[in-house]
Amino acid sequence: MFGDYTLGQLGSIFVMQGFAGLILFSVFLLMALGLAIIFGQMGVINMAHGEFMILGAYMTYLTSKLFEAWAPGLLAGYFFFAMILAFLASAALGALVEWALISRLYKRPLDTMLATWGLSLMLQQVYRSVFGAREVGVDLPPWMLGSWQATDSIEIPINGMFVMALTLLITIGVAILMYKSRWGQQVRAVVQNRVMAGAVGINTERVDRATFALGCGIAGVAGSAFTMVGSTGPTAGQLYIVDSFLVVVFGGAQSLIGTIASAFTISQSRSTLEFFTSGSMAQVATLIGVVIILMIRPQGLFATKVRR
Amino acid sequence: MLAIDSLRVAYGQSEVLHGINIDVAPGEILAIMGRNGMGKTTLMKALMGIAKSTAGAIRLDGSDIAGLRSHERVARGVGYVPQGRMIFPTMSVEENIQTGLTVTGEKDVPCDIYELFPVLLEMKRRKGGNLSGGQQQQLAIARALACRPKVLLLDEPTEGIQPSIILEMARTLKKIRDQRSLSIIVSEQVLSFALDIADRVLVLENGEVVHAEDRASVDEAKVASFLSV
Repeated sequence: MFGDYTLGQLGSIFVMQGFAGLILFSVFLLMALGLAIIFGQMGVINMAHGEFMILGAYMTYLTSKLFEAWAPGLLAGYFFFAMILAFLASAALGALVEWALISRLYKRPLDTMLATWGLSLMLQQVYRSVFGAREVGVDLPPWMLGSWQATDSIEIPINGMFVMALTLLITIGVAILMYKSRWGQQVRAVVQNRVMAGAVGINTERVDRATFALGCGIAGVAGSAFTMVGSTGPTAGQLYIVDSFLVVVFGGAQSLIGTIASAFTISQSRSTLEFFTSGSMAQVATLIGVVIILMIRPQGLFATKVRR
Repeated sequence: MLAIDSLRVAYGQSEVLHGINIDVAPGEILAIMGRNGMGKTTLMKALMGIAKSTAGAIRLDGSDIAGLRSHERVARGVGYVPQGRMIFPTMSVEENIQTGLTVTGEKDVPCDIYELFPVLLEMKRRKGGNLSGGQQQQLAIARALACRPKVLLLDEPTEGIQPSIILEMARTLKKIRDQRSLSIIVSEQVLSFALDIADRVLVLENGEVVHAEDRASVDEAKVASFLSV
């Protein structure tokens, strides 16, 4: 498959596909971060995570329309407002869902899968009723259009770079929150031993709700980023949820570094293989690779070793 | 200080504690003895709000805490060192102690805790899970002390710990009591350790208090007979 290209062309292909992969990486990483935080914290597998992302995407779409109608002059900066709104909307819905649904099912973790799956179907229908079944796209502000011509044959889109920078910031922010703040300390204590965390004075219920909201909020931001690389439809979240789970499992749950590394590996191999073969072949090849590695290392790429 | 009034605890349909009455004076160390399965750990869990009590009251300084959740009891002044220590394995020693500071709102580990357990200061960056059993036990006690308890509950602290450390722990616990004038309730199977630290010894059998005696007048043979299988 490499034979038809010259060495120079191959180099450019790898760089550009690698970069396309980095955008995919950004979306995967943000999705997986949220999933991993929620799964690690409460053992809840949030099947509706994709819909939280799509909520963020729709919020971004709404913001862009609002700015177009009411403040066309500020259109260049709408995206920042959209992101904040996406985060808040998804986090608020997350907190509501945790209170109404998840907190009643902590003793039945398997049922939370069913419940969140049902929630995902409900949300999809809500999106369909409110926004219509057709996919919507946002208009990027002019400064995000176009691309940066690195060399004759390498072009790197500006919106892609923006999404990546954003992802980097959020990841660093989450890392600081989890590993440096007192709140993160409480979260990690609850993750490791819920009963004991309560017995040293941590209000586990409050921590749970905040964690769930944070995870969902990050998914909302992922949705915001997603609008730049794909079009938003009621069921678009479904396309990403499986891959995001894959990223979490492959990286080793509870490991931030692992999640980053695994999101990178999976998105890069997907994106590079996609150029040379078809999309589904790339998916299959990536899956096979992940399965083989998980057979050798069932705990995932990065798992902390300590006495238990 | 702590008054337990006809406390009943059940797991589902089967009642494990059938009306326990215990009074603990301020600054008293009370040892609760008993064989396995007699309800010692359940009593500790019920005091901590981990096992639900079905009837009775737990009064701390006169106010009933039996309906409160674990973290609220910690805020009222109950510290807990569970069986098996249950430190947070992937968090550093320092972070483990800091989790105990949640209710006090302090940021840094008070230095009197490191004075009690100098080994923890040496290892404060080490992961809790990589400590030896004895060190983990000290960490668990330090974490419980960080929340400035009025009553400290220790559930079988000598389990799986080598004899020389057990002696040192007895000294430390008495020192903690003297320095902070808190009450300590310790559940124990090792008679020598209990007699070493306790002011009063109490025997739990089949979920009831069957024997209570001051340390000064304790009949060792009689208590030992309760513990023999």
